[in-house]
Amino acid sequence: MSGIRQAIGDAATVTRRNLIKIKRVPDLLVFTTLSPIMFVLLFAYVFAGAIGTQNTGVDYKEFLVAGIFAQTVVFGSTFSGISLAEDLQKGFVDRFRTLPMAPSAMLFGRTASDVVNNVISLVVMGLTGLVVGWRIRSSLVEALAGALLLLLFAYALSWVMAYVGLVVRTPEVVNNASFIVIFPLTFVANTFVDSTTLPGPLETLANWNPVSAVTQSARELFGNTNPAFPPPDAWPLQNPELYTLIWIAIILAIFIPLSIRQYQRTTSR
Amino acid sequence: MADAVRAEGLVKIYKSRSGEVRALHGLDLTVEEGTVVGLLGPNGAGKTTTIKVLTTLLTPDAGSATVMGADVLAAPKDVKRRIGVSGQYAAVDEYLTGFENLDMVGRLYHLGAERSRTRARDLLDQFGLTDAADRPVKGYSGGMRRRLDLAGALIAQPPMLFLDEPTTGLDPRSRLGMWEVITDLVGGGTTLLLTTQYLEEADQLADRIAVIDHGRVIAEGTSDTLKSQVGGERVEVVVAHDADVGRAREVLSGVGIGEAVVENRSRRVTVPVSGGASVLVEAVRRLDGAGVTVSDLSLRRPTLDDVFLSLTGRAAEESDDTGAAEREVTWVGKDVP
Ligand SMILES: Nc1ncnc2c1ncn2[C@@H]1O[C@H](COP(=O)(O)OP(=O)(O)OP(=O)(O)O)[C@@H](O)[C@H]1O
Ligand SMILES: [Mg+2]
Repeated sequence: MSGIRQAIGDAATVTRRNLIKIKRVPDLLVFTTLSPIMFVLLFAYVFAGAIGTQNTGVDYKEFLVAGIFAQTVVFGSTFSGISLAEDLQKGFVDRFRTLPMAPSAMLFGRTASDVVNNVISLVVMGLTGLVVGWRIRSSLVEALAGALLLLLFAYALSWVMAYVGLVVRTPEVVNNASFIVIFPLTFVANTFVDSTTLPGPLETLANWNPVSAVTQSARELFGNTNPAFPPPDAWPLQNPELYTLIWIAIILAIFIPLSIRQYQRTTSR
Repeated sequence: MADAVRAEGLVKIYKSRSGEVRALHGLDLTVEEGTVVGLLGPNGAGKTTTIKVLTTLLTPDAGSATVMGADVLAAPKDVKRRIGVSGQYAAVDEYLTGFENLDMVGRLYHLGAERSRTRARDLLDQFGLTDAADRPVKGYSGGMRRRLDLAGALIAQPPMLFLDEPTTGLDPRSRLGMWEVITDLVGGGTTLLLTTQYLEEADQLADRIAVIDHGRVIAEGTSDTLKSQVGGERVEVVVAHDADVGRAREVLSGVGIGEAVVENRSRRVTVPVSGGASVLVEAVRRLDGAGVTVSDLSLRRPTLDDVFLSLTGRAAEESDDTGAAEREVTWVGKDVP
């Protein structure tokens, strides 16, 4: 038992270290928050006119914000991989690995501090959304549940990215590699357009894409859906919360042990 | 006394796209508790790899090692609890202040918040970093980082320390300061394994020296044993004309304590001596008397190169395997008690 308490204490120490960095390098925070603002404004004003209400039955801005929430937290998760690769590259991981701390602490600390990052961008995005006309039309509890689901999903992806960062070891490469994966992942989905407008195979892909389920869940929990226009008739979108939770559980079950093992056998140089 | 470190037959092979590098080649090493052992060797000898294996950072491909009674492979956490490590390159966090770095390391040694803070402040003081304590490390010089990294190794006052080239990159004053710190620690009973490229440093600090090359220990003993093998001080003369080389050799053999050695290409004649500067004066007088024109003359203390020359018959930077191996064996046979 004291082993677990110690591991939690170690993870807290690492988290604190990561948060200090956010404070010391404010540029980081500025860009974490600026890019979602940019996305909200771009989509709300560039595409809204062209896309209209489609067959979702809600105003595009209303439809859009949950999609951008999802995209932003997914992008936010890459931060875990990039930061770990950076620590490896600078040789800092060697210091940690000679200390009698829990081997999991580095990774739990990393992923935990990235949740803080994501909370900040969610808040900023939410405010921007409110400015452009997005509204929460459900209860506060439901809205919080929506935010929680987004954060949980991003947390799970953080572990995937952590693994990638430990394997790839070069921050720039992690960054580029994750772009290549994340762009299609967040665009072949119901994030910015209704998935029924996509051509055949892409539509199926989009319907089963976990990012779509997260987005759909958030939309429903924020009350940004029109009951007269139900989601596509695919199981994941009919049961988006459950489908999302299943993904979260599977990712965490695989990538937590995998990343910890990788961490233990990785040295900086 | 018990052995703080016992390593047997360590083999480490780095595999990369460009091929394999055999960094450790059956390395045996013993460090007695409460002593200082200096690992001396040229670039690429395997010093850092040895430290990394002993500090659980690397898994060896063969061989075994225990540190403070704990097996590095079977019980790495027990090893880590009992050691302090400062690697060849400072592993400090740029975005944290000096204080925050040490405080964090203290907490991760599970010293608790209170004790981590006091130890951090004490060490910053001891290493002359008080003024910079609350500035982010990003603005530290190389030497300041180095000192901070060393402070991190000491924060939990572990009974065993591993320091990989602890004074590389330090200015002379800081180097002396570091030697003092190390001497104090050792006086307090800490066991220390340090690597260095400087014979002088090993001489100052270490009770025993292990010379390593090509991933194995090629000689081991006290610095006196090693130095006597190298021949202590030597007078080195470069003569102006090829024709004088023979005569210079005769003259110098007369003032030295051994045979003079000639390096024809550079017209350099070297002879081991004892007696320091007075021998130098004598050498000049006699060379002059014999009509030898001297273009350079110096008194040298043995360097790492000399140790290598005498141990392996080749200069430290030449990476020539053939021929060296045989001599390595005979040398180890002679020296290891
Ligand atoms: N990560 C690595 N990948 C491949 N080869 C490596 C790696 N690290 C070290 N080597 C090789 O292993 C050998 C031993 O290296 P090591 O770093 O242990 O030497 P060293 O004695 O510490 O040298 P130096 O004095 O330069 O620090 C060298 O030939 C080196 O090129
Ligand atoms: Mg080295």
